[in-house]
Amino acid sequence: MHIEIDAISKSFGATAALHPVSLAIPSGALVALLGPSGSGKTTLLRILGGLEYPTSGRVLFDGQDATGLTVQQRRAGFVFQSYALFRHMTVFDNIAYGLNARPRGTRPPKAEVARRVTNLLDLIQLPDIGSRYPSQLSGGQRQRVALARALAIEPRMLLLDEPFGALDAKVRKELRQGLRDIHDTTGLTTIFVTHDQDEAMELADLVVVMSGSQSGGRIEQIGKPQDIRARPASAFVRDFIAA
Amino acid sequence: MSDATFRPATEETPLARRLLITLVVLGLGLLVLAPLVVVFVEALRQGVGEALASLTHRDAWAAIRLTLTIAAISVPLNAIFGVAAAWFITKFDFRGKAVLITLIDLPFSVSPVVAGLCIVLTFGANTAIGGWLVGQGYPIVFAMPGIILATMFVTFPFVARELIPVMIEQGRAEEEAALTLGAGGWRVFWTVTLPNIRWALLYGVLLCNARAMGEFGAVAVVSGKIRGQTATIPTTIEMLYQEYLSVAAFTLAAVLALLALVTLLLKTLLELRHADQLAATHRH
Repeated sequence: MHIEIDAISKSFGATAALHPVSLAIPSGALVALLGPSGSGKTTLLRILGGLEYPTSGRVLFDGQDATGLTVQQRRAGFVFQSYALFRHMTVFDNIAYGLNARPRGTRPPKAEVARRVTNLLDLIQLPDIGSRYPSQLSGGQRQRVALARALAIEPRMLLLDEPFGALDAKVRKELRQGLRDIHDTTGLTTIFVTHDQDEAMELADLVVVMSGSQSGGRIEQIGKPQDIRARPASAFVRDFIAA
Repeated sequence: MSDATFRPATEETPLARRLLITLVVLGLGLLVLAPLVVVFVEALRQGVGEALASLTHRDAWAAIRLTLTIAAISVPLNAIFGVAAAWFITKFDFRGKAVLITLIDLPFSVSPVVAGLCIVLTFGANTAIGGWLVGQGYPIVFAMPGIILATMFVTFPFVARELIPVMIEQGRAEEEAALTLGAGGWRVFWTVTLPNIRWALLYGVLLCNARAMGEFGAVAVVSGKIRGQTATIPTTIEMLYQEYLSVAAFTLAAVLALLALVTLLLKTLLELRHADQLAATHRH
């Protein structure tokens, strides 16, 4: 799905989180929102997912104004920073949650839910963990379960907030490839937030470098990883990607 | 260094440990265990038959029924209010949050007798509201509604106080995840929020229940202590004791203590039975 962010700004009370930012994301792209903390990248992601409403500006999905859509109507697969798995449910029930939450008319029958959950467990290469609880999983497994749970609702886009933030370096590398594979298999427009420039440069087709300031976060540069490396648009970008 | 002399920095010396343990055991024994034993000993002083006979008295029965009814009404209501208050305070940002939290705590700092008096002064027959309600045939003071109001006021903080720290610690992420998966507000509450707080809620409800059945001060003021009608277990105990009917007084006290012990036992059983889920909830 093609996503267009049209002059979105956000302030929380007196604090400005986002200076008006505009950005077009082509359908099927894997995009990194890269920036230090306070650059408004998570806020932008949450606005796309419908978890925050912008103070001004519009969001367009495939050319249609989606600014007023509720979080449920957006159908965005969202992976949270600490994964936010439902701790009292098994992995199976976690992944099935979105399907079971559908209104009665469109809710798939039990066998169909089970079939889809099994497929998703295969997709994340953890076929045998359906009966476990989140507390019994490693960090990397939790991240993949969160991804499967988000994919279960057949989302229109995939939004990930620091998906590798809570993992150690080795697992992080493995899961980067995992996300790339899932993106390539599903063809979903995927946006992830990171403060790690290696991660952004290595994984994304398109990198959006953001910076923070008193007047809110803003976009410094949008481009392919190699272009940003070759031609940083500002001193901020040059310093940030060199760090 | 040999094992015998090695001690973690946070551990006390054996002497200090023994001293502390002795102090705790003494304190618990003198303050909690001894009075509890005395209640049962006094109740059974003239034999089981005498004790049971005192319970079959019409007024004793009425008191037990009234107390159970009061608890059955005020505890669920307070559980609902407590969950609503905790949900509101922890999941939303708004101005005046600190004031609201202070208001919830108010019953803890106000003497129950004062609370009872406030209810009498607001709803008594000589006030505008109270007079009108009496005219309609629904008296508040010296009747069941007043006792329920007093009990609810005194026990209001228990559920909310148990829930607020738990819900703050758990944050909003799981609820937000459920929303992005398409669940509506009610579904999120029933499938995510409530299961996550159920143990804290149970604990709050049990505390609330124990206090609701045991409340004396506020109820004594608003109920008028009419025997067989508005006298609860605690107020009846007091009246019996004043009349030197010590077997009857202590037997009723034993009943109250037993009710408390049953709730405690219930809680322990539930915890044992759901130990794995409990562990799963806490380790995450």
